[in-house]
Amino acid sequence: MGSPKTNPYYAGRKRINLLAMGLCYGATLFGLTWLVMILGTLVSNGLPGLSLDLLTQNTPPPNSTGGGLANAIVGSLMLTAIGVGIGAPIGLLAGTYMAEYGRHSKLTSVIRFINDILLSAPSIIIGLFVYGAVVVPMGGFSGIAGALALAVIVIPVVVRTTEDMLLLVPNPLREAASALGLPRSLVIRRVAYRAAKAGLVTGVLLAVARVSGETAPLLFTVLNNQFWSLDLTGSIANLPVTINNFVNNPDPNWKKLAWSGALLITFAVLSLNIAARVLGSSRNEK
Amino acid sequence: MASSGLAKTETPIDNNGSLERARVLRSMRLGDVLFESLTRTAAISVLLLLGGIIISLFIGAWPAIKTYGFDFLTTQRWAPSLKPQPILGALGPIYGTLVSSLLAMVIAVPVGLGISIFLTELCPHVLRRPISIAIELLAGIPSIIYGMWGFFVLGPFLAEHFQPAVIDFFADVPVLNVIFAGPASNLSLFNAALILAIMVLPFITAISRDVFATVPVVLKEAAYGAGCTTWEVVWNVVIPYTRVGVIGGVMLGLGRALGETMAVAFVIGNAFKIKASLFAPATTISAAIASEFAESDGLHQSSLILLGLLLFVLTFMVLTAARIMLMRLERNQGK
Repeated sequence: MGSPKTNPYYAGRKRINLLAMGLCYGATLFGLTWLVMILGTLVSNGLPGLSLDLLTQNTPPPNSTGGGLANAIVGSLMLTAIGVGIGAPIGLLAGTYMAEYGRHSKLTSVIRFINDILLSAPSIIIGLFVYGAVVVPMGGFSGIAGALALAVIVIPVVVRTTEDMLLLVPNPLREAASALGLPRSLVIRRVAYRAAKAGLVTGVLLAVARVSGETAPLLFTVLNNQFWSLDLTGSIANLPVTINNFVNNPDPNWKKLAWSGALLITFAVLSLNIAARVLGSSRNEK
Repeated sequence: MASSGLAKTETPIDNNGSLERARVLRSMRLGDVLFESLTRTAAISVLLLLGGIIISLFIGAWPAIKTYGFDFLTTQRWAPSLKPQPILGALGPIYGTLVSSLLAMVIAVPVGLGISIFLTELCPHVLRRPISIAIELLAGIPSIIYGMWGFFVLGPFLAEHFQPAVIDFFADVPVLNVIFAGPASNLSLFNAALILAIMVLPFITAISRDVFATVPVVLKEAAYGAGCTTWEVVWNVVIPYTRVGVIGGVMLGLGRALGETMAVAFVIGNAFKIKASLFAPATTISAAIASEFAESDGLHQSSLILLGLLLFVLTFMVLTAARIMLMRLERNQGK
């Protein structure tokens, strides 16, 4: 046998290892390249349109100049706030049941399974569901329908994180509180919630990030609106659908606005994601 | 359990005789019962939500089911404005959905596994977190942004530089010259698959990285100690140990890819006719719904809802398989 350096068998294994590890580096580079390219395109196409007008002017009619996205931004904020306002408490309570009251029950494992399915269910299906369950009975597209569609997407995200975070709270904490005579509901609200606070907020932030870019479920629930409107019973302008309509139009002004809107929405969502992660990790390090 | 805890606290009240305390305790007990039933109701509403989705889709799809029956699955023609009755078949969208998603997995799985191997075995510790966050940010970019980027940047680039080269390269190879037949197109099944691959990459990476981390260090160290190279450790120790979990992660990614809407709707070209070439326009279930639903009515709308129901059943099956595999992995770990 030769030394490891000269033996062809060793050299062959080393070469395979080098090749495989090179491919792993390549894969990572491949993944990161897309991120850089997408963000680069967004910045280069969206930055020229960023101005104060974007936040103060309404969406312009076709083939005009100027205008902004004020009505769409406000509409999106409203839809997201209401959607999360409805979905987050339901998700929080359901997650609480699963982690606290029914930790070992059959019901909990069934719900966990169903919740995981809902978590990955196509968002366009949620749109179809809300169209059939809300839009048709109410007789038209409305802001409420859109907010409900978003709420349906929020619920499984919050259920999942709430359950996970409450399960991380050490049991002796609950036992100590119970030993002081605190009823179960107060043990949960005053002790378990407080111990898991950062995690619960992370879940809600992730849910906000998840729904604020959603387009598919809004397409046929709120539709869109060219004008300023805060009326939840009618169509409301919103950023994703406005981008969708504007970007496919030959009007250069609309296209410019669409890219600026895309830049805004992406950076808002990514900052939320990063904020949630920072919050989540600062908790883990404690 | 909760009631027994309360019963114990009731005894001292009588001894104390304080009415005030009894009142407070009674209100606490009421709050307890209320809170528990509130959380239970919320939990059950998650179940009702799934039931509601299935029932609502089924009701919406019923006219189409009644009219077309099983022919819906085998018809390729999609003629919504035909008189007196439209002819509608789901074969094109089903084909597009399956092929684009499977092709996306063919691209994303090796890349995702490569990134996880890089992150768990090769990456310097300082860079590990930033790089995994950067990859996970890909999952945060909204679907419509991928669509715009695919439509305006990736599509033209592929049609100009990538597709002609591939078409020329395979021009004389039988079978492959049909799959990669020209002409090059800005909108195609292949473009949709590539965008989908980028979108599911973070899901596959995150799950395989997490399951790779479950491999006991002793096992890896033993293999390294026996003289294995990093690749041999990964291939012979890490991957066999985590196989079930990796497959679960892949299925989860597949479930995402099947239902992805806006990104695909922008780049696939909305062509219901099935073409053998991957570089030809096609459509998927979700893209068809997104582009046609708002202007549809009657049987056309019902057929789109039926498409949605089919998609839901499809993703339900894939996701169920994924969950069962991931649960099996968890159970093995518990042992």
